[in-house]
Amino acid sequence: MIVIGGSLGGMKALRVILKELPATFPLPIACALHRRREPDDLLSHILQQDSAIPVSEALDKEPICGSHVYIAPPDYHLQVDPLNFSLSIDDPVQYARPSIDVLFESAADAFGPAVIAIVLTGANHDGQRGAARIQSRGGLIIVQDPETSESPVMPQATLDATGTRHVYSPEKIGAFLLKLVVPDTSKNR
Amino acid sequence: MVEDVKLPLRQAKPDPEAVELRDLLESVFDRYGVDFRDYAYSSVKRRVMRRVLDEKTGTISALKEKVLADPLAMDRLQVELTIHVTAMFRDPGFFRAFREKVVPALKTYPFLRLWVAGCSTGEEVYSLAILLREEGLHDRCRIYATDVSDRVLSKAKAGIYPLSAMQEYTRNYQQAGGQHAFAEYYTADSDFAIFRPFLRDNVLFAAHNLAGDASFNEFNAIFCRNVMIYFNRSLQDRVHGLFHESLLMYGYLGLGRSETMRFSSHENYYEPIAVKERLYRKIK
Repeated sequence: MIVIGGSLGGMKALRVILKELPATFPLPIACALHRRREPDDLLSHILQQDSAIPVSEALDKEPICGSHVYIAPPDYHLQVDPLNFSLSIDDPVQYARPSIDVLFESAADAFGPAVIAIVLTGANHDGQRGAARIQSRGGLIIVQDPETSESPVMPQATLDATGTRHVYSPEKIGAFLLKLVVPDTSKNR
Repeated sequence: MVEDVKLPLRQAKPDPEAVELRDLLESVFDRYGVDFRDYAYSSVKRRVMRRVLDEKTGTISALKEKVLADPLAMDRLQVELTIHVTAMFRDPGFFRAFREKVVPALKTYPFLRLWVAGCSTGEEVYSLAILLREEGLHDRCRIYATDVSDRVLSKAKAGIYPLSAMQEYTRNYQQAGGQHAFAEYYTADSDFAIFRPFLRDNVLFAAHNLAGDASFNEFNAIFCRNVMIYFNRSLQDRVHGLFHESLLMYGYLGLGRSETMRFSSHENYYEPIAVKERLYRKIK
């Protein structure tokens, strides 16, 4: 599965990535974006505008399905259990709830090497620990190119911690995911 | 340039610590009779790892040895696994919907029993007591406030909360349709807000374990908000069975904002009263 974390400017970058993906994109995508605590449907509505894949806020114990984008609801941690999502209102981690680390670490535990993690723009270090755990379990780390980031701190922190080669602009991240996940059939003919 | 990379999506492997964790929970159950085996995996793991850190055991297996040898360490583990944070009038929209859509129906009953299941430190109990008082229902209500942990129940009984939280709670209270000045309900010293004792006049605090205990009464409404998120689906189904059994016909069930009946075995026994606020009514 794909897990994505973003903070300051993250929504904009995520929109660009989702725009690149077709409705048939087969993997589940779970996102933790730092957001206001008050409930509102605005975030998923905005993300849906550019996304061919259905977008919704994850519900507790919701099954994890492909071709779907799940967003962490405000003021909850989003976690990946082996069979479904599960939510928690445990204390914020580094002032964040949803916390990107919580999402990433649970995804590493549940899916091991079958995880692609993407750290987008942001002004803190959330995601760094979780990305390191995903990497140590054999998963793949992508960071948004700090030069294209509204705030480079967060992608840079994950880049420093993981040394990943996969540093791209949001547009390239979308293209890269497509290439990874949807084999280019034209080449094989 | 986007470079070529081998698809990393090999078969998902189980968490290497999953075996240790399961072993810990089984051992705790065998030794102490406390059952955390059906708690939601990610949450229970995070909390156990916090114990591993605080108890300085390094691994889950070593934590198990410590917990089995030392009842005080077990006590600390149990506190870690059972406590959940709560707030007054969390999700004001829920309380507003309850006031507007449920209270009018409740007013037709001469006597009411309400159950706050998994009340933790009691913030929701006081919120409910305030709301019922403002609606003139307090005198004919009995609120049963239960939790598995005695420790949080004694905090709930005391009704003393950090003064620093009152600004947020006041805002919540107002958004929830509160009719008074919120500060009327507590006295403040320098650090704490002490809620007025009359609010718990009709409240009964008692130990009850949703994971094992039976139904103990029939209720007009049950509140269990952001408690079952810590359970896996099979335990959630058990608790839903318990609630269904404990609700009067046309009784109300209130869940947390991101909880839904949709994935539960009991969906068909309820109709939604306020979908987004997760307010349901038992219809069969």
